[in-house]
Amino acid sequence: MNDTINDIVIPLAYLFAAACFILALKWLSHPTTARRGVRVGEVGMAVAIVSTLVDFRIVEYQWIVVALVLGTILGIPLGLVPMTAVPQRTALSHAFGAFAAGVVGTAEYYLQQPDITTSTMVAIGLEVVLGFLTFTGSLIAAGKLQGLVRDRPWIYKGQNIVNLTVLGSALVLVGFLVADPGNTVLFPIIIGISLLFGFMMVIRIGGADMPTVISLLNSFAGLSASMMGFVLDNKLLIIAGALDGSSGLILSIIMCKAMNRSFANVLFGGFGAETLAGGGIQTRPVRSVDPEETSFLLDSARSVIVVPGYGMAAAQAQHKVRELCDNLMKRGVDVKYAIHPVAGRMPGHMNVLLAEANVPYDQLYDLDSINSEFPQTDIVLVVGANDVVNPAARTDTQSPIYGMPILDVDQAGSIIVVKRSMRSGFAGVENELFYLDKTQMLFGDAKTVIGEVIDELGRLPAKEVAGV
Amino acid sequence: MSETLEVSLFIFMLASFLGYAVITRVPGLLHTPLMSLTNALSAISIVGSLILAGEGESTMATVLGTLAVFAAFTNIVSGFLLTDRMLGMFKRREAPKKPVEAKETTS
Repeated sequence: MNDTINDIVIPLAYLFAAACFILALKWLSHPTTARRGVRVGEVGMAVAIVSTLVDFRIVEYQWIVVALVLGTILGIPLGLVPMTAVPQRTALSHAFGAFAAGVVGTAEYYLQQPDITTSTMVAIGLEVVLGFLTFTGSLIAAGKLQGLVRDRPWIYKGQNIVNLTVLGSALVLVGFLVADPGNTVLFPIIIGISLLFGFMMVIRIGGADMPTVISLLNSFAGLSASMMGFVLDNKLLIIAGALDGSSGLILSIIMCKAMNRSFANVLFGGFGAETLAGGGIQTRPVRSVDPEETSFLLDSARSVIVVPGYGMAAAQAQHKVRELCDNLMKRGVDVKYAIHPVAGRMPGHMNVLLAEANVPYDQLYDLDSINSEFPQTDIVLVVGANDVVNPAARTDTQSPIYGMPILDVDQAGSIIVVKRSMRSGFAGVENELFYLDKTQMLFGDAKTVIGEVIDELGRLPAKEVAGV
Repeated sequence: MSETLEVSLFIFMLASFLGYAVITRVPGLLHTPLMSLTNALSAISIVGSLILAGEGESTMATVLGTLAVFAAFTNIVSGFLLTDRMLGMFKRREAPKKPVEAKETTS
């Protein structure tokens, strides 16, 4: 009976779960099938967990029950966080996943040593190094996103050499352990160094690079889970980890491309720490506009494109933005949203925020599909975005953001920028867009001023709208 | 190289390419749900932790296994819950309201 379960039932259940996971990701390719993807993922997960629980190797259940109950108690509130807190929740979940892989690797080492084959020792080593560095790295990332840790990069001279030395020494110690698995003294040192490296790697990265870093940590967490599959000889784990790892890697590549930067530059560049050159620029005059005039301008436009950025999320202005756009559409204005891949603090952040505010997803356009429309657009409303609309990326070869693909809002008829102050963006770069003759600045907290624009719009005489 | 390891490496390689093929088709619109879903899925590491927490090999293994089950299960619960909530928010534009007498048989 026991043999039947462990030799036939469990492997088949795992096979089924692996197929479910692949389908889950496949169905995520379209919003209409995506929820079905979640369902099938849940089914696969449930089947895998239940079949594991009847494994004859499990002889006591009390601690498992405790862990499952506690996991549920913590998991439910983490699953119910507001959309603005999703980036830090995601970073935290990478930390949890990586921690699980790290501690399992640790336990397997102590259970199996000193008779560990070379390949298993390599897998344990990678699992533990990746797991623990992702653990602290993700905690720091979550702290930065939550505002508990300083958002600006923390940099000192020779930092790259120090960091690489630390990582290198962890890998060298893993090498020693592969040569002599019985050398148990080394293991805690490897754990300590990995924890330290995760901290050092992320502490030096600024807020604007968070989308890339979160994706990269995602990839590491997946890889460490996959290594755990090698250690335990569990094919389902290898597959799920590899899927997670490649997903994170693809997302980080997309993020890097969207900023025209390399991994090395993100991890070792200290972007956002540069001090401003040419101090005279900030005092140049800009044209400012009040909510009342903004409402006239928007109302008389035929087409408006809204460009949201992290500032919209920070001000929690997404609902007001949607309300404004709905009112404009009722008055016959064509409204679209243009989403830059790195807008916000994680991949797809703006889309989720706007979806939460009930913006239909067919109004959300990505960089490639919207850029050709700016020249025919009357007004672009920039809400809390900065670097992603900076024309210097196209024109100024000296600029740190030169070459980054941007939303070409400067080609629109006119531009209204909602912004708290003239402070520069996270890249620490001055934005020429704000000084154009056709640009007007609407200063203030995005949520407040857009609310005022909505009020002013309500005072305008009703318009006869044909069609719609 | 042992046969098990060889098979595992092949599976890892194939799964990575499969992941690449499947995930590049996920639109930027859904990148946040993608990340939270893959995160929940990779918490399948719980199957290894469950054995560790339940087989009673040593106190340390039980403690570490229990911690891992807790961490992984937190990700499973919150990951699926959050992904589903987010996806529920993605809606199409409502079709323009038609007059009551208009037939609803447009294709």
